[in-house]
Amino acid sequence: MPSGPLSIGAAGAALRSGEATAVELLAAVMSRAEMTESELHCYLNLDREGAMAAARQADRELDRGEDRGPLHGIPVAVKDNMCTRGLETTCSSKILAGYRPPYDATAVARLREAGAVIVGKTNLDEFAMGSSTENSAYGPTRNPWDTGRVPGGSSGGSAAAVAAGSAIAALGSDTGGSIRQPASLCGVVGMKPTYGLVSRYGLVAFASSLDQIGPLTRTVGDAALLLSAVAGHDPADATSYAGRAPDFAGSLDRGVDGLRLGVVKELGGDGYQPDVSEATEEMLNKLAAQGAEVMEVSLPLFDVALSAYYLIAPAECSANLARFDGMRYGLSIKGSTASATMAGTRAEGFGPEVTRRILLGTYALSAGYFDAFYGQAQRVRSLLQAEFDEAYRKVDVLVSPTSPTTAFRLGERTQDPLAMYMSDICTIPSNLSGHPAISVPIGLDSKHLPIGFQVMAPALGEQVMMAVAAEVERLAGFDALPPPALAPPPGVPL
Amino acid sequence: MKWEPVIGIEVHVELDTDSKMFCGCRVSFGDPPNTHVCPVCLALPGSLPVPNRKAIERIIRLGLALNCRINPGSVFHRKNYYYADLPKNYQISQYDVPVCVDGWLDVESDESRFRVGIERVHMEEDTGKSVHVGEGGRIHSAAETLVDFNRAGTPLVEIVSRPDLRSAADARTYAQELRAVVVETGVSDARMERGSIRFDANVSIRPEGSPELGVKVEIKNMNSFRSLEKAIRSEIERQTALVATGERVVMETRHWDEEGEVTHGMRTKEGSSDYRYFTEPDLAPMVFDGSWVEEARSHLPELPALRRDRYRGMGVKPAAARVLASSDPQLRSLFEEAVESGADAVAAGNWVTGEVTASLRRREVSLEDVPLRGGQIAALTRLVSEGRVSASAAREVLEGVMDGEGSPSEVATRRNLLQLSDRAALEEVVEEVMAANPEAVERYRSGEGKVRGFLVGQVMRATSGRADPRAVNEILSARL
Ligand SMILES: [Zn+2]
Repeated sequence: MPSGPLSIGAAGAALRSGEATAVELLAAVMSRAEMTESELHCYLNLDREGAMAAARQADRELDRGEDRGPLHGIPVAVKDNMCTRGLETTCSSKILAGYRPPYDATAVARLREAGAVIVGKTNLDEFAMGSSTENSAYGPTRNPWDTGRVPGGSSGGSAAAVAAGSAIAALGSDTGGSIRQPASLCGVVGMKPTYGLVSRYGLVAFASSLDQIGPLTRTVGDAALLLSAVAGHDPADATSYAGRAPDFAGSLDRGVDGLRLGVVKELGGDGYQPDVSEATEEMLNKLAAQGAEVMEVSLPLFDVALSAYYLIAPAECSANLARFDGMRYGLSIKGSTASATMAGTRAEGFGPEVTRRILLGTYALSAGYFDAFYGQAQRVRSLLQAEFDEAYRKVDVLVSPTSPTTAFRLGERTQDPLAMYMSDICTIPSNLSGHPAISVPIGLDSKHLPIGFQVMAPALGEQVMMAVAAEVERLAGFDALPPPALAPPPGVPL
Repeated sequence: MKWEPVIGIEVHVELDTDSKMFCGCRVSFGDPPNTHVCPVCLALPGSLPVPNRKAIERIIRLGLALNCRINPGSVFHRKNYYYADLPKNYQISQYDVPVCVDGWLDVESDESRFRVGIERVHMEEDTGKSVHVGEGGRIHSAAETLVDFNRAGTPLVEIVSRPDLRSAADARTYAQELRAVVVETGVSDARMERGSIRFDANVSIRPEGSPELGVKVEIKNMNSFRSLEKAIRSEIERQTALVATGERVVMETRHWDEEGEVTHGMRTKEGSSDYRYFTEPDLAPMVFDGSWVEEARSHLPELPALRRDRYRGMGVKPAAARVLASSDPQLRSLFEEAVESGADAVAAGNWVTGEVTASLRRREVSLEDVPLRGGQIAALTRLVSEGRVSASAAREVLEGVMDGEGSPSEVATRRNLLQLSDRAALEEVVEEVMAANPEAVERYRSGEGKVRGFLVGQVMRATSGRADPRAVNEILSARL
């Protein structure tokens, strides 16, 4: 078996050349998990039995020559806000403790269809609300690069698992940066596809108009492979894109020659960690040297996108989370009346950040406040979309840092929600516009922590976005690994 | 001071589509609890709604039948409130862009004909059903409440009238007419006994002649035309009594108590609750193709109001036309067949709405259970108009036909109900009667006119009632 952390591509090649079996790949991933979980806590639930059965089946099928494609036999982790049939799905909330869905999310079903081996369910901020995975009711995930620091969030478990080698790839969900920001903080690739490209059916909703499932992987190529497996129209999701999905991997080695790259003026400067700004600058120079036309683009509404987001997302979440009432599933704190049961269950079941957002959203939708808050936020959203459209008339992609800072310390921002919310300042606009965006690691800061570079593209512009991202990856040559205790030691399989 | 009631009606109609509004579960009634449920209608985490195209087609058809404008596009909203039988704790409904707006319905009763404005017709989903177990089966005394989600997600259409109604009786007539349109357009069977059509009413009173509206009270929970009328009447009386004693009507929601026949104020004032409506992000806005809507309009069936006019145009009396126009389709086609087979419209209308309906009711069967066709009604009316059977004998002929004894003339012959209209034979009988009653003949001739009736009676008796009275009179006149 090859040494070092494997990409989907390399693992797939090993499976088909007979160098490794799916069972061996799974065993390697599981042993990484055994070594690192007590320290990192990437997983809420490792599905040893289910994964082993799937790996055995993959080996049998591959032996018979029934090749399901690039994901066949590959150990993949799934964020615990996607329903997995019969396998506990908690969204890191006490309110869903012990809940076993009777069905698979469409993305999960497609992973199984592609022959992937689902390793387990990864940790997240409760109901995906947070930027550090500290809001998990089951304890935080730690960053493999520095266990005193957060992995980002909300898909922190998925990002850390890929970084630590306890999964080859993972699915996350991104509502305001929940895939890209942890990918950036953990030194892996994270991508949010165009809204509607991946079915949301079975993704426990946080903010329906913003949520999107996407890949967290070691390479840009892997992101294309994983996305190809799960994307495509789903009749069970009325907001699912009905046209043909773009060929994500189609032009990965196209380069950037002749492409126009817009550097977002509003995403930089004060408040940005200097080594993040420097690394970004350096990458822009390298891209220009490869023939890209780099220009500054101003999108003034990016400054208010965060405010609009923190009205729209909580408003939607206040309704989406109303169903958790102790009546049909999950936690139920019996009261003397139905409403007492509902109130008691919700008070006990939701953590403080979820409660804060439900209250914020309920308020934003209230009679008398609707126009000033939710209504105004929706108007900003439309204007922002127009601003994006205008920018994309001038450039092919927009670029920026993924996060203003590298990984911060555990507890550093928990008492200051606004500082925490600022972690997503660069990622939120693409959720409001429904556009695709990807984060690629480009280097380390002075504390040896990964720095991410974000590429944004217009709706269904995944192809050009991936081409730029692949070039960024090539130019960065990022091959650093987390410290040995938590990274695969050299010479040892995986 | 004289007070004028102002009434608006909200009607909820469950659609009997094959599947629910946002999932594939079957729309059912009376099946074991929670047997038609899935992740979507149970609001399991992660599930998403997908709109039922057939339901949208039906609401558009209904909107067209109610003379509404169909919005070029329409949007679903979330209506947020917590209730145990509402699985998502929000209802997918519509708010500021309903499917249909600004229509009207022409209504008529014995007393009046009037037009009721339709403000909007919108699409939503029904809730589950709370079943109160133990003690009296009432909300407050129940030991336990269970929820059946079979009904949850059933497509529901809400039709909101303008406050154009001025009496409880008119409100009832409007509701009946509306139900007829719903059934007629194939939108729903609107079965009263299943609660698949339900009524809420907004009632206020104002000094007669005042252009302003009074404080409105919403009354809920009426499941029949009768209770709708009673509830409104009771609410008008309550409000009138309040203002008569100098008190004021307060804006509130009241519940109609079917047994006590009174309205009760609800503890929580739903009128003041805030549903925090916002656009349903799980559903894209709907866009309706104009040519498709026109196509649907061209396929609308004939509606009761037009049919009433058509029947009246055929000469049917207004009351019978009204009954016929809203009677069940089988009776209507019986009538129309009869007219097509040459029956006089007035007579056929009277037969169908009168004797035929009464006989079916006595027999406790429906039209399809008896061998009665339009052609036979036509034959029957001919027998009467040609004087071959008497009006009373004709009823017996109808019974015979419905018993399967054959055509009207066969029945009349077999049951010996044909009138004696053979002039020669009748003259012979008259001769015999005159010969047998010389005194009576004498008295008549000497000017005692009323004796004529006695002689006619004797002739009828001699013919077992089959003699045509008109012919008997003619012969008597000639002889006397
Ligand atoms: Zn269902």
